[in-house]
Amino acid sequence: MDRNHLQHQVTCMRKSLFDQGYLDEQFIQLEELQDDANPNFVQEIVTLFYTDSARLIQNIEQALNSSPIDFSKLDDYMHQFKGSSSSIGAKKVTDECKVFREYCRAENAEGCIRTFQQVKQEYAILRRKLEVYFQMVRQADVAHTA
Amino acid sequence: MGESGFSSPRHDAFPAGLRVLVVDDDPTWLKILEKMLKKCSYEVTTCCLAREALNLLRERKDSYDIVISDVNMPDMDGFKLLEHVGLEMDLPVIMMSVDGETSRVMKGVQHGACDYLLKPIRMKELRNIWQHVFRKKIHEVKDIESLEGIEGLQMTRSGSDLVDDGPLLSGEDMNSARKRKDAENKHDDKDLSDPSSTKKARVVWTVDLHQKFVKAVNQIGFDKVGPKKILDLMNVPWLTRENVASHLQKYRLYLSRLQKDSDVKNSFLGMKHSDPPSKDSTASFGIHSSMSMIQDDVSNSTYNFSVNNSLVQNVDLNHEGDKKGITSAPVAEAKGALSLDIPDPRKAQSSQISFDHSLGSVDSGLKFALFNSTNQTQYSWSEISEIQFKQECEPLQLENGFSQLPLPGSQHQVQTEYLQPAASISSGPSITEKEVSSKPLYDEYRSNHVKHLSPTEAVDLFPVPSKNQTLNNQVFNPISATMSSTKNQGISLNDVEFAQRNLNGGVGVPYASLSEDLQFCWLQGDYYAMNIGLQDFECIEYNDPPLIAEIPFLLYDAPRFDHEHLFDPTEYAAIDQGLFA
Repeated sequence: MDRNHLQHQVTCMRKSLFDQGYLDEQFIQLEELQDDANPNFVQEIVTLFYTDSARLIQNIEQALNSSPIDFSKLDDYMHQFKGSSSSIGAKKVTDECKVFREYCRAENAEGCIRTFQQVKQEYAILRRKLEVYFQMVRQADVAHTA
Repeated sequence: MGESGFSSPRHDAFPAGLRVLVVDDDPTWLKILEKMLKKCSYEVTTCCLAREALNLLRERKDSYDIVISDVNMPDMDGFKLLEHVGLEMDLPVIMMSVDGETSRVMKGVQHGACDYLLKPIRMKELRNIWQHVFRKKIHEVKDIESLEGIEGLQMTRSGSDLVDDGPLLSGEDMNSARKRKDAENKHDDKDLSDPSSTKKARVVWTVDLHQKFVKAVNQIGFDKVGPKKILDLMNVPWLTRENVASHLQKYRLYLSRLQKDSDVKNSFLGMKHSDPPSKDSTASFGIHSSMSMIQDDVSNSTYNFSVNNSLVQNVDLNHEGDKKGITSAPVAEAKGALSLDIPDPRKAQSSQISFDHSLGSVDSGLKFALFNSTNQTQYSWSEISEIQFKQECEPLQLENGFSQLPLPGSQHQVQTEYLQPAASISSGPSITEKEVSSKPLYDEYRSNHVKHLSPTEAVDLFPVPSKNQTLNNQVFNPISATMSSTKNQGISLNDVEFAQRNLNGGVGVPYASLSEDLQFCWLQGDYYAMNIGLQDFECIEYNDPPLIAEIPFLLYDAPRFDHEHLFDPTEYAAIDQGLFA
């Protein structure tokens, strides 16, 4: 019961992540890559993403705080960040990145700053949700193997 | 799957075991791709730096079948890596990017990518990458055949085989003939159906070899060229038609890209150069980017792909004996761009070739420029076909040792510019005199731009080896060419910058790598030619005729200029190694 319940919870949460647009197909691809050789592949990738994106976010912050703003550098950083977030299927985050890049190209500093707040927010939300999700997954696994 | 340590032809069914090198600065993607490729039963090697990837590829040339690389990487532009790989290793390269803009994709294709994947990448896309490996092998065979025609098939180089088939080779026969030819051409038993095991010994296109190649191409006439004709003219017994064919292909691609790039470059003119670093300008150009200029005269003008040590040594920019011979670094440019014919006033005809090439060996020029340690000699490469530097022009200029003219400005302009200097020179006291001429030249420039010119001159792409100052051999730096004649004063600097930019950028892929290599070797770790160079130029004062005359020696001589050196003889050695290490 417990196990089923946990499993059920995991399934529900996963579904909602997709339905609400937090994750996209790429996440499924990652799940499909997970196998016996790499049983925690998805979590490993997501963790890698957190580390890398923390660095990128910092770079962007710095670039936004400098004056004058170097838009091409900013665009570069955001490009990297977008690439990274697309790797795990972080849909909302990636979408905000696109908006950011538009402002960047238009050299609209204010737009960039505003959008970046959005990016960070979406990133934080997703991260939180994924943490909960993986915790549930681990619990369900434990229950499963128990 | 799990072949471990399998670096020889795979024994399992192709495409399983395909050896893939993945290059991506994003660690998340790198891990994902690694996993995906492993799932396809491929043998994966990952790399997060382009430079590291190149080293890996160079060290073990036959260890990989295909390279997948991201477009945006911090240490090197993905397109540059792409060119390098294509030129040096002749491996299929797939580009990847989050950015799917048409212009980017087009750029990828232009630089030789065999495919361009958009991230996020799907498994099914990766499953099919083996087709590029297969296709390349098939096409290489086909190239030879198509170029040579059926007759070619019948007459292999060795002249032995296919004769039996007689002149009528039906499609079927062709296949068997082809296979037979392949077997002969390649040195192993290859079965066309197993491209993975088909491997021909990679030919190392040394400067010398490339020079022969270019010479042959020029003799035949670029438009009428064909691998067999080239091969015959080159008279290199161990070289196969196939080798020549693929080299020719790259050469063509390279030249056409140069031409396009030169257009772009022209737009760069007018860039101001940054303050001249104390480093001598020579340094910046010191990069002997493989003077691939294939001068007829210059022995090494061709750039070789594998510049292992030739860089420094072989480059013979000048016809003059002194030429240190900057061998065109095998810089990736090997792709065909090398045929820069360095116009040699003396040898009008040889120089002509370079000019006639529409492809514009600009790139090569740029490369060469790199080598010019001494910025002083700025060889403006009028290679650019647009420059149309006809022979007649050349003698004029070259004699005067103009080669340096760093004519900034569009290529077309270059021509004109070039001539102008020549004109001025001719008016000068000693056009013919080498030493003297350089002086007037500089004076002339000086008056025009003075400072500015220096950089351009310094840009030198060609280190004029001898005092001859005759830049003639110079390999006119394509850079200068691109730089467009600097009629304007500031231009010269721009040119230099431009050249550098080109160098760095994309003018010649190899160039970039060269410069980087050079950096290591040279100078105090400065980035020479590329970035610094420009600045240094300013320092070059023309008022120093003696120096100018000495410019030629560039590369290998200790920098005479006031600038600190660019190169040290010992450094050259280092460079050699560094360049192609």
